Amino acid sequence: MPTTMIGGRPIDVNDEGFLTDYAQWDEDLGKVLAGYAGVDELTDEHWKVIRFLRADFPARKETATLRRVASVGGFDMKNLFVLFPGKPAKKMSYIAGLPKPKGCV
Amino acid sequence: MTDNPIIPDFGGPKADAPKADKPKAAKAVAEAAPAASGEAKPRKMVFIASKGNLDMAYPALIMANAALGEGVETHIFFTFWGFDLVTERTMDHLKFSMLGNTAMHLPQVPKMPIPQLLGALPGVTAGTTLYMKKTLDKLEIPSVREMLDIIVASGGHLWGCKLSFDMNGLSEDDLYDGVEAVISATDFIELSEGAQVIFV
Repeated sequence: MPTTMIGGRPIDVNDEGFLTDYAQWDEDLGKVLAGYAGVDELTDEHWKVIRFLRADFPARKETATLRRVASVGGFDMKNLFVLFPGKPAKKMSYIAGLPKPKGCV
Repeated sequence: MTDNPIIPDFGGPKADAPKADKPKAAKAVAEAAPAASGEAKPRKMVFIASKGNLDMAYPALIMANAALGEGVETHIFFTFWGFDLVTERTMDHLKFSMLGNTAMHLPQVPKMPIPQLLGALPGVTAGTTLYMKKTLDKLEIPSVREMLDIIVASGGHLWGCKLSFDMNGLSEDDLYDGVEAVISATDFIELSEGAQVIFV
């Protein structure tokens, strides 16, 4: 597993660039990651989604899929595509410092 | 440790990421032949859903949903029995039959023989359908209607096949709301220009 410098500190990532250590993330780092993912500004709405993902992960050891974010987190699917345009599931999990979701749905 | 951060591919240009200078030769080639590099056109996928069984309803829906999540322009064309997926009176009652499926086996007991004739007995299709629905439920796979709702909310486009529409004697009111239009074969050919077409 490579280590890379993000926001001035060494961060463990996988070959694709997703963070591998849940504990290395904090909200400041999330802001830097958002820039890399092409999300220029993190609004309250963004943060609600990111905090849901962070809270959902530890028990399941798996990142919530888009559907889970919508159905369990109660977020509007259309809005998720607006908040994290293009590849929403990848972008939100990256910004939240989690692996990309594995689930098919 | 690497000097440039390793960043996943999010599709578009990574505006804020510190840019590593591309080797000049590579850049010149990319500029000279943008079409050949394959980056000029955004990806587009069209799924043809042609089957109306419960089991065969899912491949197109799941792949279309995944394509949308990857930022791919996605269309589904419902034709022949696949039209049942977007017909109000049938879409919630798709069935899974073991008849004619020579690959049929119990998911957890693949070696147990299941005679085809068994599938013809009254009530067996109802049983296999119920079993499949329970299995899908356990895996948290949404119903066909819910999958379509998600696909539409994610920006996917649903199209009905004109011939199937006519053959089934349907009117617009019989269709699931998310269907944008009932289109002809010619329309479909136009629609699928430049797309990866996947027949299910």
